[in-house]
Amino acid sequence: MSSAILHDAAVHGVEHHDAHHGEHHHTETFISKYVFSLDHKTISKQFLVTGIIWAIVGGLFSVIFRLQLGYPESTFPWLEDLLGHWAKGGKLQPEFYYALVTMHGTILVFFVLTAGLSGTFSNFLIPLQIGARDMASPLLNCMSYWFFFLASIIMAASLFVQTGPASGGWTIYPPLSALGDASSGSKIGMDLWLVSMAMFIVSSLLGGLNYITTVLNMRTKGMSMTRMPLTIWAFFFTAVLGVLSFPVLLSGAILLLFDRNLGTSFFLSDIVIAGKILPNEGGSAILFQHLFWFLGHPEVYIILLPAMGMSSEILSINSRKPIFGYMAMVGSMFAITVLAFLVWAHHMFVTGLNPFLGAVFVLLTLLIAIPSAIKVFNWLTTLWRANIRFTPAMMFAIGFVSLFISGGLTGIFLGNSSLDIHLHDTYFVIAHFHIVMGVASFFGMFAGVYHWFPKMFGRYLNNTLAYIHFWVTIVGAYCIFWPMHYEGFAGMPRRYYDYSNWESFKMFGGLNEFISFVSLIVFAAQLLFVMNFFYSIWKGRKVTTLNPWNANTLEWTTPIRPGHGNWPGEIPEVHRWAYDYAREGKNGEDFIPQDVPVGEEEEKH
Amino acid sequence: MENNNKKTHPHKFVLWVGIGSILMMFAGLTSAYIVKRNQANWQTFNLPVAFWYSTAIVLASSFTIMLALRSFKERAMSKYRALMVATMLLGAMFVILQIVGFQQLWQKGITLQGNVSYSFLYVIVGLHALHVVGGVIALVVMSSMAFSRKKRNYSIVPVELMSTYWHFVDILWIYLLIFLIMIK
Repeated sequence: MSSAILHDAAVHGVEHHDAHHGEHHHTETFISKYVFSLDHKTISKQFLVTGIIWAIVGGLFSVIFRLQLGYPESTFPWLEDLLGHWAKGGKLQPEFYYALVTMHGTILVFFVLTAGLSGTFSNFLIPLQIGARDMASPLLNCMSYWFFFLASIIMAASLFVQTGPASGGWTIYPPLSALGDASSGSKIGMDLWLVSMAMFIVSSLLGGLNYITTVLNMRTKGMSMTRMPLTIWAFFFTAVLGVLSFPVLLSGAILLLFDRNLGTSFFLSDIVIAGKILPNEGGSAILFQHLFWFLGHPEVYIILLPAMGMSSEILSINSRKPIFGYMAMVGSMFAITVLAFLVWAHHMFVTGLNPFLGAVFVLLTLLIAIPSAIKVFNWLTTLWRANIRFTPAMMFAIGFVSLFISGGLTGIFLGNSSLDIHLHDTYFVIAHFHIVMGVASFFGMFAGVYHWFPKMFGRYLNNTLAYIHFWVTIVGAYCIFWPMHYEGFAGMPRRYYDYSNWESFKMFGGLNEFISFVSLIVFAAQLLFVMNFFYSIWKGRKVTTLNPWNANTLEWTTPIRPGHGNWPGEIPEVHRWAYDYAREGKNGEDFIPQDVPVGEEEEKH
Repeated sequence: MENNNKKTHPHKFVLWVGIGSILMMFAGLTSAYIVKRNQANWQTFNLPVAFWYSTAIVLASSFTIMLALRSFKERAMSKYRALMVATMLLGAMFVILQIVGFQQLWQKGITLQGNVSYSFLYVIVGLHALHVVGGVIALVVMSSMAFSRKKRNYSIVPVELMSTYWHFVDILWIYLLIFLIMIK
C-alpha cells in the first residue's frame, strides 16, 4: 500500500492555483461564490438545500396519498384548493393518486436519497477527510450540481402539466409507461420524467467520476487507502456503483423514449388498447425490467452505503472507541458492492423467470446477509461497553443500526423466491424497503447533518429540537411501517386506491387510519427539523473550538469556516488511521487525531 | 514530491472512469440485443456498404491523432495543427458515412420502426455516432485554440485526453461492428 501513498496535490495545474487560497483571495462575485461555485463545500450545500426542498415535496405527497388510504370515505375541501381538478370535491382522483405515489418514489429515491445524500456528503467530506484542496475536477463538480438542478426543474415542471406527472410507478414499467393512451400520466408527464432522469443520470455520473478520481488520486501524504475513514470508503463504493449502473438505466430510458416517440417496439408486443390493435410486434416488456433493475438494485446500495459509512464514523466518535473490525467493514462494503450487481432479478421472481435462474438469484441475494451481518456485528461491538455520548448525531446513528436490523431481517423473507410468490407487491415489500433503505438512509443522512453541521456553517443545530425530531421520527417510523408487515402477510396488495370495499382487507381500515395519522405527525416533525436547519444557519449557537466532537479526521484541522482550498497553510500529513480513540493523547485527551505523528512508544498502524 | 510524477493526472483518471461508464451503457444495449435475439421474431440482415468505408475512415483518424500527439510532443506546432484538423474532418466524415449507411438501410426497407433487430441497430450505431460527434466538437474547440494567437498552450494533458478519447470511440466502433457482424 505504501507505494500508493500520494502526496498533496499541489503539483497539478488546478490545485496549484488553489494552493494559495486562504492566504489571499482573488475577488469573488456573488455569482462565482454562491451560484456557479467551484468550491466543493458550496456545491455540497447546494445539493443539501435542493435535497431538503425535494424531501418536503416528496414527503408532502406521501401525506396526501396517506389521507386517501387512511380516510377513504372523507373529503378534504382544502385539497381542492391545493390540487385543483385533481381533487375534485376534496376527494383525491385515482389518476392523481397514482401520480403522487410515483412521484413520491421518484423524488425520494433519486432526488433526495441519491443526490441529496451522496451529492451532499461525498462532496463535502471527500476532500476534507482525505486532505485535498478540492475535487479532481471542480468544473465537472459544478456541472454535476447544475445538471441536477436542470433535472429538478424538468421534474418540477412535469408536476404542473395538464395531464399530470408520470404515474406508472417509480419503476415506470412498459407497456403502461410506453403508451400515451394507457393512462393520463403516460402522456407528456412521462416524457418529462424520462428527460429529467436522463439529466439526473448525467449529473450523478459527473459526480461519481469526480468522487472516484479524487479518492484514488488526491489523498494527502500519509493517507493510504487503509487509513481512510470509513465514510470515504463508503462514498467511494457508492460512486463505483453509480458509475457502473446508471448508464444501463440510461440505455433503458433511451429505448423507452424511442418506443414512446419514434414508433419502435423494444418493449412492446401484441397490445390491444381501447379495442384497437397496436402495430407493435416483437418487443419484450420484461427486457425493460432487466435493464431497470440492473440499475435499480445497485441504486438501493447507492442510497444505503453513504448512510452506513457516516453512521460507522459517528458511532465510533461518540462511543469514544475505535471502530470494531475496520478491515471487515471495508471488506463487507466491497462484498456488498460486488453482490449489488448480481441480484437484480430478485425483483423479477414472478415475471416467469426460469426457476433455476431464480434459485441462483435467491442464493446470491441471501449471500448479502453475510456482509450485512458483519457490519451489524461490528456496529454493536463498537457500542459494546462504550463511553457513549448521546449527541443528536449519535442518536440517529444508533437509530440507523436499529432500522437496518429490522428492515434487513425482512429482506431474508423476500429474498426467497417461493415466499416472494405470496409477498410480492404486497405491503410487506413496502414495509421492508421503507425501513431498510428509506428510513434507515434518512437516519444516516440526519446523523450526518447533525454531526457535520458545525463544519458546514460554523454553528450548531438546536439540541432540544433535535432530540424531539429523533424520538418522534424513530417511534413514528416503526408505528408506520411495522403494521404494514401484517397487512402484507395478509396479502394486501400495494398501489391500490381504496381497500374499504374489499372483503379481505376492509378489516385493516382502522390500521390504515392509524398509519396515516402517525405519518402526519412524523411529517410535522420533519418540518421541525427543516426549521431548525435554516434557523441555525444564521442564528445557531456559534462553534468556538476547532474540534467540537473531539474527532480524529482531518476536516477538524481546518479553520472553523474554511475558505476555498480548505487549509490556509500546508495540508496536514497523516500518520495514523482515523480511529485512535480510547488512547491517551498529548494533553490527556482520549483520542489522537490523524495528523499527530506516531510516538516512539506506540505501535505502528 | 518525486513520486508525484509517476501518478496519472486526475483529469486522465476521470476520463478513464468515464470510459468505463460509457462502456456500461453499450454493455446494457448489447446485452439487451442478445436477450432479444434469442426470442422469437428476430430478423437478420447485412450491414450497409457505407459502414465499411466509415470503418476505414475512423481507423485513419486514429492514426492522424496519434501523429498529432507525437508532433505536439516534438513541438512541431504547424504539423500538429494540420493533423488535428485532419482528424476533425475525418471524424465528421465518419458521422456522415454512418448517416449514409442509415439511408442505404432505410431504402432497403430496413427502417427504425420495422423489426426490433432494425431498431437496435439504429439506436446502437446512432448512440456511438453521438459520442463521435462529441469528440468532433472537442476537436473543433482544440484546433481553434491551437490556431489562436492570443493563447499559447504547452500542456500535453488536453491533447492526451483527446487522443485517448478518440482511440476509445474508434475501438468501440470496431467492437460494435464485430458484434453486429458476428451476432445477428
